[in-house]
Amino acid sequence: MVEYQTLADIQRDLSTGSLSCSDLVDVYLARIEAHAHLNAFVEVYTEEARAAAVVVDQKIAAGTAGPLAGLVLGVKDVICHQDHGLTASSRMLTGFQSLFSATALERVLAADAIIIGRQACDEFAMGSSNETSCYGPVRNPVHPDYVPGGSSGASAAAVGASLCHASLGSDTGGSVRQPASFCGVVGLKPTYGRVSRWGLIAYASSFDQIGPITRSVEDAARILHVIAGPDGKDNTAHAVPVPDYPAALDAPARPWRIGYLQEAWDSPGLDPEIRQRGLDLMARLRAGGHEVKPVSFPLLDYVVPCYYILTTAEASSNLSRYDGVHYGYRSPQAEKLEAVYTRSRSEGFGLEVQRRILLGTFVLSAGYYDAYYGQAMKVRRRIRDYTLELLSDCDFLLTPTAPGTAFKLGEKLDDPIAMYLSDIYTVHANLAGIPAISLPLGQHSNGLPFGLQLMGRPLAEADLLAASRYLMDLKPL
Amino acid sequence: MTSTPTLESSEGNRTFACMHLSDELLDRLATLARLEVAPDQREHLRADLQRMLDFVAQLREVDTEGIEPLIHPTEGANALRPDEPAGRLRPDQVLRNAPKSDGSYFRVPKVVDKEGQDL
Repeated sequence: MVEYQTLADIQRDLSTGSLSCSDLVDVYLARIEAHAHLNAFVEVYTEEARAAAVVVDQKIAAGTAGPLAGLVLGVKDVICHQDHGLTASSRMLTGFQSLFSATALERVLAADAIIIGRQACDEFAMGSSNETSCYGPVRNPVHPDYVPGGSSGASAAAVGASLCHASLGSDTGGSVRQPASFCGVVGLKPTYGRVSRWGLIAYASSFDQIGPITRSVEDAARILHVIAGPDGKDNTAHAVPVPDYPAALDAPARPWRIGYLQEAWDSPGLDPEIRQRGLDLMARLRAGGHEVKPVSFPLLDYVVPCYYILTTAEASSNLSRYDGVHYGYRSPQAEKLEAVYTRSRSEGFGLEVQRRILLGTFVLSAGYYDAYYGQAMKVRRRIRDYTLELLSDCDFLLTPTAPGTAFKLGEKLDDPIAMYLSDIYTVHANLAGIPAISLPLGQHSNGLPFGLQLMGRPLAEADLLAASRYLMDLKPL
Repeated sequence: MTSTPTLESSEGNRTFACMHLSDELLDRLATLARLEVAPDQREHLRADLQRMLDFVAQLREVDTEGIEPLIHPTEGANALRPDEPAGRLRPDQVLRNAPKSDGSYFRVPKVVDKEGQDL
């Protein structure tokens, strides 16, 4: 089968009858089996996907199919799907079955997407390499000795290897964009509140967003169009009407003002080839009549520490619900109530999750709260305000997505700080609550892909996606 | 707890960066978080947390005089809805994922002994 780049191509072949959803599902199922070494899927819904394909094929024949008919989708193991397993790739949730579906998932199903399976991730979405999953590490489809990124590593790997056409991931500090960069696909983190978080396992509630991982900007626009919008079950979901993102892609191009963060591009930790690719892109943009100018972001060194204080604080609170009593793992060794809590949590959570819970507990504890958590919330406001100021003068901010290409399995596992710094360019958008996208614009001489990141104004995804498609069309050099 | 430096002092920047994670503090955090630190992992975990603390300490360098904390990115927006019951789950659904249940109850180990003392 040809590897379809866009859902539009799939739907064109479906409409002419040269392809059926049943064929498509079987092809993806066979590919999942042939790529089992990537360890991308926790569970494959073989029979269910086949049955859904039959139904969607009937709808296509009857002319009643929804906008995502023909989309075979994988879902990260943090998004609730009623009567299906859900574990956040943690031993803590072994055997858990969702009682309801996430709003985003209900919406893609209502639009006739077919869900082919559940994809591994870093445990509780905490990680940048997909190595902390209780199901073992996930591998990069371009080179199996390398990580796929994280935490939505398997979701990006699956799209990169064509095990499904697109995935729904989640992004708290780059978990959609960094793996998209490492696997050579598109990853979009919407504005905070653009997509309902109902049914998304909470890591850091003021940062988390569900976002699509796709092979094209166009598909990102189409999926966002379906999942975005207000939701009575999540009052942080914006009531602002959802624009027609796919239609916005065809808006006539206008001269943009693009700021590039000097500190990001000058950082000594940045791979020189990625820097060069960025410079090439800027030159092309200028040649296309766009204004490209340096902007200073002196707070760059503080984004990762700020992010870790706030997200670990929120995580320590969110993960207190795993008590061994109401759902999830209970230690068989616990004979007293207190031990039910402590033993179940110590045996159920992996090391990285425990580290983050302990750090979060520290920054929230009496005597340290103001100096750590309070200070970080103030720094967050400075980062947010400063970023919005930059965006009042620029339409977009351009940075690398990550300082380098994918690293080798195990390379950063023993060094949490080095692992955290691989998120330096992505956590910015989550701290500021703005939308950001990683575009697969680079091919390194080491054979691995890499992405460049564009950040936009709050709720201006239509502009961000239009500019993204323009940038994608500027390649190759 | 040991004599941890006060962080609100005017020389906060330096003492903050040297914040020492003592064994006593680690125990206290573990108790608060309802986690147990296995003896063989203790030093490794303490060293990791110490590095994380040293790393986040650089945030003290940022001038935040007069800045209000940003508690949530959608501050100011308050979405109201009619107060109507919705999304109810039946007891059997609620208990479906419980490690131990009995009838319509979650089961936990005994919490008081025969004399009514806490176990």
